[in-house]
Amino acid sequence: MRAMTEGLLVLAVLAPFVGLLVGLVLGGGRAQRLALLTLPVGLVIAAGIAATLVRSGETLVYLLGGWAPPLGIALRADGLSAVMLLAVAVVICAIGVYARADFWNEAGAPEARAPFAFWLLLLAVWGSLNLVFVSGDLFTLYVALELLTFSAVPLVCLDGRGETLRAALRYLLFALAGSLLYLLGAVLLYGGYGTLDISLLAGRIRPEPIAWAAAALMTVGLLAKTALFPLHIWLPPAHAGAPAAASAVLSALVVKGSWFLVVRLWFDVMPGVVTMPSAQMLAGLGAAAIVVGSVVALRQERLKLLVAYSTIAQIGYLFLMFPLAFDAAGRLVHGAVLTGGLLQAVSHATAKAGMFMAAGLVYAALGHDRIADLAGVARAMPVTVLAFAISGLALMGVVPSGAYLAKKIMLDAASGTGQWWWTMVLQGGAVFTAGYVVLVLVNVLRRPSGPVQLVKRVSRLSELAALGLALCSLSLAFAALGPVPGKVVSDPLAPGELGTTLLVFLGGALLALGLARRATAGIGAAFGVGVAFEQADAFLRRWPSASIALLTLAALFGWLMLAGAPA
Amino acid sequence: MNVPTLFGLCAAALVGIGLYGLIVDPHPLRKILAFNVVGSGVFVLFGAIARRGAAAGMGGDPVPQALLITGIVVAFSATALAVALLKRLSDEAGSVTLSSDAPARAKSDAGHD
Amino acid sequence: MIVALNVGLVALILGLAVWAIVAREPFAAVVGFIAYGLLLTLVWVQLHGIDVALTEAAIGGGLTGALLIGAATRLRGTEAEARAERPGPATRWLAAAVSVAVTLALAACVLVLPVPAPTLAPEVAAHMAATEVGNPITSVLLAFRAMDTLLEAIVLLFALIGVWSLTPDRFWGGRPGLRQGYDANGILAYAARLLPPIGIVAGIYIFWVGADRPGGKFQGATILAAMWLLVMMAGLADAPPIRRTWLRALLVAGPLAFIAVGLVGAVRAGAFLAYPPGLAKPLILAIEFALMPTLTLILGLMLVGTPQRGDTP
Repeated sequence: MRAMTEGLLVLAVLAPFVGLLVGLVLGGGRAQRLALLTLPVGLVIAAGIAATLVRSGETLVYLLGGWAPPLGIALRADGLSAVMLLAVAVVICAIGVYARADFWNEAGAPEARAPFAFWLLLLAVWGSLNLVFVSGDLFTLYVALELLTFSAVPLVCLDGRGETLRAALRYLLFALAGSLLYLLGAVLLYGGYGTLDISLLAGRIRPEPIAWAAAALMTVGLLAKTALFPLHIWLPPAHAGAPAAASAVLSALVVKGSWFLVVRLWFDVMPGVVTMPSAQMLAGLGAAAIVVGSVVALRQERLKLLVAYSTIAQIGYLFLMFPLAFDAAGRLVHGAVLTGGLLQAVSHATAKAGMFMAAGLVYAALGHDRIADLAGVARAMPVTVLAFAISGLALMGVVPSGAYLAKKIMLDAASGTGQWWWTMVLQGGAVFTAGYVVLVLVNVLRRPSGPVQLVKRVSRLSELAALGLALCSLSLAFAALGPVPGKVVSDPLAPGELGTTLLVFLGGALLALGLARRATAGIGAAFGVGVAFEQADAFLRRWPSASIALLTLAALFGWLMLAGAPA
Repeated sequence: MNVPTLFGLCAAALVGIGLYGLIVDPHPLRKILAFNVVGSGVFVLFGAIARRGAAAGMGGDPVPQALLITGIVVAFSATALAVALLKRLSDEAGSVTLSSDAPARAKSDAGHD
Repeated sequence: MIVALNVGLVALILGLAVWAIVAREPFAAVVGFIAYGLLLTLVWVQLHGIDVALTEAAIGGGLTGALLIGAATRLRGTEAEARAERPGPATRWLAAAVSVAVTLALAACVLVLPVPAPTLAPEVAAHMAATEVGNPITSVLLAFRAMDTLLEAIVLLFALIGVWSLTPDRFWGGRPGLRQGYDANGILAYAARLLPPIGIVAGIYIFWVGADRPGGKFQGATILAAMWLLVMMAGLADAPPIRRTWLRALLVAGPLAFIAVGLVGAVRAGAFLAYPPGLAKPLILAIEFALMPTLTLILGLMLVGTPQRGDTP
């Protein structure tokens, strides 16, 4: 029985892949139906793994082929893996429901390219992500990263336009550069320690030059694939140009794969090698991502680009937890802060998927997504706008969203360790997020000058899928309250908390007022600031700047690990 | 200096040369070429590490050598996908530059095709 | 003598790498890269990695080179625009600086690698008997780390699906590549009639002998794919339309058979991809046998690329 429950780890990877293989042969409408059938199967497997973990309380381990590391490969699922497996399964199911309207191959009709490719690629992304979450060997993880990239890139250019093909090529090349740096680090680790298994390495690794070089290279390679500022060159056009269901997969899920590996690397492989200064820099990049991403999001004319830049900002949040997770001895530990970071990731995945789905529905209904021309949409498509609004609230960290709880946990850790600057970033970040959410809401709630022309009726099921995910994110705090220490969350409905939320909204409205692009010139200085941010972002998103930044960051990380190492 | 160390240093140089090409040359085909040079540098480094691990009657540690075979195949598939994308881009858009206008100036789409 | 050979090899390789990066014409750069790939094969021989040498020669140098030459020819018209975009001297100096920094850091790591080198060779030697194959690399690839090999086949398939997904809608389901003219008296047609029988035998031999000596399915499949490509290029056969069920069935047969063997292992030997004692060699051969057509097709199809015409011959 025990072997069967651990066999679920293998099934989690195999189920989507087998679905893809059989679907490739079946073709057309049958492939699509098979894909839709695989979704609940995968969800059940993920739930099974989570349930087993809750019951037994220890990490699930599965030795492939019966061979133990260092000779063989082990699959491992701890709490981190199980939560991510479950979250990804839920989001993929919702996206599957949503995408039926956009990518439908009629039974008996000849096979159409875009739906066929979409369903196969959806299963491919899912299987690859599951492999990332459960694999316990660094080389298998390299192959998993490549699987993920090869599944994600064709999703970007699914519509076949020149601009999306360009975005896809840029994404592929930058992601490949990241994979190579990761592989280089893994090679160095094998050369130094003779194994690529995560737990064996954790036991053998020491703070020395080979480990520092490997840590720096692998981290930076993964950051390139996660599009953390300033390595976000590929993300905005790729996520904005992809079809809505694909954007949801890319923003909500694909970037979580490489982020997860950074967490694994820092917390499980090298907790004693990574130093506080390097963690501070990592979180510093995150803070910069929040500010720059949010301001440039405010300046966008198109809704999908706004949501894409919002992803860049939210990715910054995912890295704030690193300097807060050190224990008194200077090692990274699995504790409350890691739970907070995980909560942030899951909240973002659900909310962002919901947001992109809503944006896609608006685009499909209106035929365009110009923010300035969205007046009256709230009345014409109330469910969609509600989904968007709730996703925005969830991202802002309004009670009782998962982001709210995550922020509380991290604020507690920040004050506990005396890192007041992260307190400021955590509190201020919500204002920046509120900025672009308020901007969109103001525009959709405006009274239109004439009746709103809807080009197409959108599927009610798709709207409900978007709304469902948004509500998930907004209510995540309830699900997570169990494992979190009670003292972290004081009464959420106290006047203090509500006052903070109101302040956040106000701050966001001010930002939107000052920085957003408008037909008439805005308030002088603030407007200039907005343009400056845009130009900085455009500069960083050129290939030479981004690739030089990539290697410079690797050098910086390496140096910070060397400099901060215990004597 | 023994043979593995010599080739290890050669690998380091290859990685540097390839990275320079990856950063500097704007044509995507040259970037793909540079990516292959970096990749082969990483592989030669792994090969040198494998040679250092010669023991038990074998000329080199078989685990890295097996992983290298996988790595070479993965690098080939990456090149194939990138080349196919590049050819499609060239057919569709005429130009293969990777730079784009700043997103704020991107024209909004007129509608679905 | 040996030292001089190795130093000379390194010098040539570095020179060719620099040439591939800085040569003005993309076509010249690709040709330099192919020569570089062939020299790398020699490096593998010097490093006592014969299996890797075979793979590098076949896939790294051969197939990749063919792919890049095709691309360079097709993209001739885009060079001028790219040249206009070259970054200024400041950027190039900065790029050179960071590249040199990475090289120096890596070189430092190479010099401080631990002595004695940690190695898994003794472990492999100790457990190889259970896998019933004579080539240690095959035992790693198909027994100890069989999952990586399964994933590798899936990676190839994903890349192929990605290449196919780029098809323009009007050509979906059609044939990849352009129709090659058939010149009955040309040397290409002559080679395409003469070489494939030899190539097929060579390919199958290399695949078969890989169980106990250097070789294996990837190298064998590459030779078979090369023969198929030769026949297509000479116009003796046409690329199959991608909607054909037989084609798709053969493409997935390899990975599905691999997974099926793995599940047999899960039931009979207690873990996915484990081998029941005594059945290891037959099962390994079954996997390799099933993977051969899959790999041959995938490698060949990746080279001909995205469909560019409709279904009709």
